[in-house]
Amino acid sequence: MIETDGRPRKSLPGVGLVKGLMVTLKHLLSRSITQQYPEEKPDLPARSRGVIALKQENCTVCYKCSRECPDWCIYIDAHKEQHEPAAGGRARSVKVLDRFAIDYALCMYCGICVEVCPFDALFWAPDFEYAEYDIRELTHEKERLEEWTYKVPAPPALEEGAEPPAEVLQASPQTTGQAVPTVDTASVAAPAPASRPAPGPAAPAETPEAPSEEPPPAAASASVAAAGEQAVMPTHEERVEVQPDQATFDRVLAEELAKGTDRRVAEGKARRAAMLEARRKRQEGS
Amino acid sequence: MIHLLATPGQSIVNNINQFWLVLLVKAGAVVVFFLVAPLGVGYMEHKVLAHMQHRLGPMYAGRFHGWAQLIADGVKFVQKEDVIPTAADRFVFTLAPAVVMIPYILLFVVVPFGNDVFAENLNIGIFFVLAITSLSVIGVLMAGWASANKFSLIGALRAAAQLIAYELPLILSSAAVVMQAGTLSLIGITEAQHHYWFVFPQAVGFGIFVVSSLAELSRPPFDMPIADSEIIFGAYTEYTGLKFAFFLLAEYGGIVALSAIASVLFLGGYLPIPGLSFIPAPLWMAGKIGALSFFVIWLRATYPRLREDQLQRLSWTVLIPLALADILITAVLKVAL
Repeated sequence: MIETDGRPRKSLPGVGLVKGLMVTLKHLLSRSITQQYPEEKPDLPARSRGVIALKQENCTVCYKCSRECPDWCIYIDAHKEQHEPAAGGRARSVKVLDRFAIDYALCMYCGICVEVCPFDALFWAPDFEYAEYDIRELTHEKERLEEWTYKVPAPPALEEGAEPPAEVLQASPQTTGQAVPTVDTASVAAPAPASRPAPGPAAPAETPEAPSEEPPPAAASASVAAAGEQAVMPTHEERVEVQPDQATFDRVLAEELAKGTDRRVAEGKARRAAMLEARRKRQEGS
Repeated sequence: MIHLLATPGQSIVNNINQFWLVLLVKAGAVVVFFLVAPLGVGYMEHKVLAHMQHRLGPMYAGRFHGWAQLIADGVKFVQKEDVIPTAADRFVFTLAPAVVMIPYILLFVVVPFGNDVFAENLNIGIFFVLAITSLSVIGVLMAGWASANKFSLIGALRAAAQLIAYELPLILSSAAVVMQAGTLSLIGITEAQHHYWFVFPQAVGFGIFVVSSLAELSRPPFDMPIADSEIIFGAYTEYTGLKFAFFLLAEYGGIVALSAIASVLFLGGYLPIPGLSFIPAPLWMAGKIGALSFFVIWLRATYPRLREDQLQRLSWTVLIPLALADILITAVLKVAL
């Protein structure tokens, strides 16, 4: 009899009103999701963008971060020094970082500086409790930025069955039995490859606050990654390539599809299983 | 309980013989109740609204679940600067909050909290209540006009239009109850509900009464007079500090007052549910006021604001005819039975 939007009303008038009341009542009776912040620390994702940390050793004073910064909140001062080579020859000029500061009163946490840094000198750390009563205190100088590196979470563990990173192979040649030429063109800024192996699956990669007593995981990973860029090419040729095991691939794919897994996911799982199988076979053979 | 029917009409305070002392004690009790009960309802609104939105609401003031939040708010209001716009009519502007608030204080004079716990038993109690609640809109009109602000004026006129539209169903639905009870005294009406609460025979009247009280109080979903997305805060736009606090107090006092009247008229007032008479009468009254106030807050959390024309149409085409029919049926049954 009453028409709403041209359609006849299906239920008694007022039923919608009661439904609405029931919705609010249901929410009244369910637990509230408020986190009482100062007493209760927020449950942040491990890779939250809290503060930007600077690994000074890795900085080559290329100014990319400060030029890309949309807010112009990064201040870099540097000077040039001449290093006399021990074996004689032409002196090398080296840039030395004098000042590196980020003004967090201006920073908009876009992360472009971290993104553009070519030598992994900048990192995100999840800490955010650095409010100040004086706005000038929000400009963190390089010493303070260095301290934040202790809070940077370790890189995520490698996927099971993945090739070990090239720089790890390079750092411990005896495991592969191959002499790796240590070509290190950026030796000034990027330090020698870390001898520490990359964090295996045991490393707690997802803890939001890495305890500061441990050696800074960022330092290790930073140098690893920085060196990696230089050293990928020579080791890459030596890396043993295996062809995925076709039989395993087909079997796992069929299993996964039977389970109702999405096709793309199933193919990924099958490919991984095939690679593992192929590598195992190869190891048995050698 | 029924044998007490002989005593109602005699307040416990009347045992004191001095006239002025009695007057002072009664006035003091009413004012204190008016100042405290709205804080309770205000706190309940904070908490209930918060939890309906999955929040916690105030948690810090007073250390335990923010119980002192409204006291803290009051202190804050007192400290605020008292701004009066240059173009405003200073006298009327200053008088308006009092005119809004005083009717609700007066209303508690006749509200019974037990057959011997009340300030005054007027034999025209409900008439007094209905007459005096409509006074407060004059304060709103004064506030709106004296503010010299177009938003205030629109808000005030909306409030007046709303009051005229909803005063009628409010009175008509109470009239049906009065006819059934056969008395205008609030105590008399309560005592008449010993066998059954009037909400059962007068269910329609109860619905009309609750809806019209919401509109009288400008509570959501009938809060067009203070619709903040359209007219900032209606008649109260220009008010600050203590004067603004008075308006808020009047709003929450109004919720308590109309909940009290609704429970007297329809829910048996201070009468207990049969079998639970060991709980004292004032607690029953307080409990019913609390339950109705909760319902008012619940509606606020649930429904969006009506449009001005929908509000008027609801009153004139639905509520008033229904209330008239209600009176007619009540009258016929009263005579027939």
